Amino acid sequence: MKLGKYFFKRIIMLIPVLIVLSFLIFTMIEAIPGDPAQIMLGQHASPEALEQLRHSLGLDQPWYTRYGLFLGRLARGDLGKSILSGRQVIHEIAEKLPATIELSFFAMLIAVLVGGLAGFISAWKQYSLFDYASMFGALIGVSMPIYWLGFMMIILFSLILGWLPTSGRIDPTTALHAITHFYLIDSLLQGDWKAFKDVIAHLIMPSICLATVPMAIIARMTRSAMLDALSQDYIRTAKAKGLGMGRILFVHAFKNASIPVVTVVGLQFGYLMGGAILTETVFSWPGVGRWILEGILARDFPVIAGGVLTVAAFFIIINLLVDVLYALLDPRIRY
Amino acid sequence: MRRFWKIALVGVVMVCFLAGAAFAESVFIYGRGGDAVRLDPADITDGESVKVCNQIFETLVKFKDGSTEVEPALATSWDISDDNLTWTFNLRDGVKFHDGTPFNADAVVFSLERQMNEDHPAHEGDFGYWSYMYTNVDKVWAEDENTVKIKLKEPYAPFLYNMACFPVMIVSPTAMLDEGVEYFRTHPVGTGPFAFVEWKRNDRIVLEKFDGYWGDPAGVDKLIIRSIPENTTRLMALLAGEIHAMDGVSPENIKTLKEQKREDLKVVAQPGMNVGYLALNMEKEPFDDVRVRRAISYAINKKKLVDELYQGMAVPAVNMLPPNLWGYNDDVEDYGYDPEKAKVLLAEAGYPQGFETDLWYMPVPRPYMPDGKLIAQAMQQDLEKVGVKCNLVTYDWGTYLEKLENFEHTMCLIGWIGDNGDPDNFLYVLLDKDTATPGSAQNYSNYKSDEYHDLMIKAQRTFDQQERDALYKQAQELLHQDAPTVPVAHAYNLAIINTDVEGFKLHPTGNYWFDGVTVK
Repeated sequence: MKLGKYFFKRIIMLIPVLIVLSFLIFTMIEAIPGDPAQIMLGQHASPEALEQLRHSLGLDQPWYTRYGLFLGRLARGDLGKSILSGRQVIHEIAEKLPATIELSFFAMLIAVLVGGLAGFISAWKQYSLFDYASMFGALIGVSMPIYWLGFMMIILFSLILGWLPTSGRIDPTTALHAITHFYLIDSLLQGDWKAFKDVIAHLIMPSICLATVPMAIIARMTRSAMLDALSQDYIRTAKAKGLGMGRILFVHAFKNASIPVVTVVGLQFGYLMGGAILTETVFSWPGVGRWILEGILARDFPVIAGGVLTVAAFFIIINLLVDVLYALLDPRIRY
Repeated sequence: MRRFWKIALVGVVMVCFLAGAAFAESVFIYGRGGDAVRLDPADITDGESVKVCNQIFETLVKFKDGSTEVEPALATSWDISDDNLTWTFNLRDGVKFHDGTPFNADAVVFSLERQMNEDHPAHEGDFGYWSYMYTNVDKVWAEDENTVKIKLKEPYAPFLYNMACFPVMIVSPTAMLDEGVEYFRTHPVGTGPFAFVEWKRNDRIVLEKFDGYWGDPAGVDKLIIRSIPENTTRLMALLAGEIHAMDGVSPENIKTLKEQKREDLKVVAQPGMNVGYLALNMEKEPFDDVRVRRAISYAINKKKLVDELYQGMAVPAVNMLPPNLWGYNDDVEDYGYDPEKAKVLLAEAGYPQGFETDLWYMPVPRPYMPDGKLIAQAMQQDLEKVGVKCNLVTYDWGTYLEKLENFEHTMCLIGWIGDNGDPDNFLYVLLDKDTATPGSAQNYSNYKSDEYHDLMIKAQRTFDQQERDALYKQAQELLHQDAPTVPVAHAYNLAIINTDVEGFKLHPTGNYWFDGVTVK
């Protein structure tokens, strides 16, 4: 099937893109001053210790050697070892990725449901109070600093109301075996209902916080796409035919509006996968974003490269899925 | 009959609840910033890893409560040979590791040799602190099962204090050889009051009371050390009762706490084993003139700095040694704030109009200096008043240190956190001419006094505590005269604890030991 071939071709393109990206990251980090060995040892370092450390980290080799070694390892699927912790980068990603995915997924779910619904209703009841109110809300959502919003939510819901926990993924006294590292799934697999509720309680605030920007964007996008679809001739025809409003809105308008909306959702998911550094920092969420940030501060190249390449790969794959979705949604699109 | 089973069920559930309450374990949850990097004590360089290792491992000697003097721990007594080169440590009997294997001289030899010897089966890691603190060690060997001997290359009195530090914590050879060093880094086995249970990266480390501990058992059944990097979030977790205590307290947190007026939280503070100071590069004019250096000492208003920029959470420094270390010279009088005297001295030195120079500051908060930029700006203003115009200069932290090591600066703000509680660790490391080598310098003033050097070396070779004490006091007098630096402040160690927590103690070295903690 042509779609299959298209899919395959796009996946293959991942490789040159990631290689170019890795080169860009490498040169950028080389350009930034700061020696990881010096940062690790700080002031309490003898010159012998520094030399030894640089040597064992391979930092005393020329840049092209180091980059070549990195590419060679990458070809074997080995992302190297973190300079700071000495652990396999792949191992660290595997630990932290589920946390970020779980958070991003829920944030996206909230953004799509709430944003999509708001945009849908705004378009249907254009110029109504709901319309103005939700578009104003969208403006605020996009402008509000996440850092500030996060802390405000913690103060309100944790300190004042005492409804939700302040930070982390799970209560420290809960013993949950991490099988998939997706805590919601793990708690269901073990039938631990208490842990499940605890995980949800920890997810609520960070997900909402992270969802505010995509929610606002999706709301506006859905509204404008729906308005555009509703103004088309075929809608007038449908009304003339006597079709009910529900059928018109859902079957005809929404399906056509969904293409630009799906595009935006795909792009937003990529943004969320970017690790949502701010949200992860405020809520102490042990995800990829925080990990990359710490890597940057410590000039930990394997971590930065591994993290950025993973996020880039996700971004590319998600957008590929979006493109495939087009073909299914819109019969006019054929690859 | 149905009714009977219902009541029975309720009864069973109630018994379970009560039993649960009776057997409920006591937990102490501690919040700190970054997570540990790894738990192999010989291979760590960061304070967060040390914090965790302090609960799991022990050293041959340990610091006394509230003091930087040492007392027996895994060793019950020690001796030094007549030539002052060979230390003999007599080890404690009946001590076990968390894995049940016995602690003995072989374990001590193992823990040290793996760092010295490249061919050692457990020589895996960077051992950054070994070459910094223990290169003086020539040989280590087990005389018998309970006696270890360590021969040094040169007589070195501070060595005893180095044996209380984290790089020479004793690890279980069995655990390390059986599972490998890499596994050990995330599944440590020591002799300490707490044993390792689990580690969820960037979230928490869970430890439990070790029932086979040789000393007094820990006060709680479980110790959970949580990592919450964002300062404000950590404070909120404390306010919400999710953690019992936290460190990494910033001056803003103190303000917030005061505003909250919480009766159940209190701040604990103690001068830390650190010094924040201004180093004057004596190789660059006009800092080669002692009158100029003294003038700068008079020009800076230390009390104002401490009150405003440290929020009072520090003590203004008179000497380069913190006041809670033995050897501190209380008789030295601070220059004090006297801008008029400063101007007179500058005129005498040939600078009646003052001069222009650079003032370097670090861009990151350091324990001894919460905000380098603000402190530099305050100093800039003070110095302007006596005619010394400063350009503020900074680089990112790693680069800053590199440049300082190469003497690229004129005046720089820097500090030091002590390693082992011995005055040598401050006075020799920071100001002896030995450490003024460009490329690796730690004597950022380039202070090269032969008289001072003689005092330092003598104090290293003497094993009489009182003699060493006198020598270090003399050295501080000399520093006061020569003024190679302007000591600014000794920042407090701060923690905030819930009043339910008892037995929480700060230690002058900045280390935390939680075995004495109980939670109501």
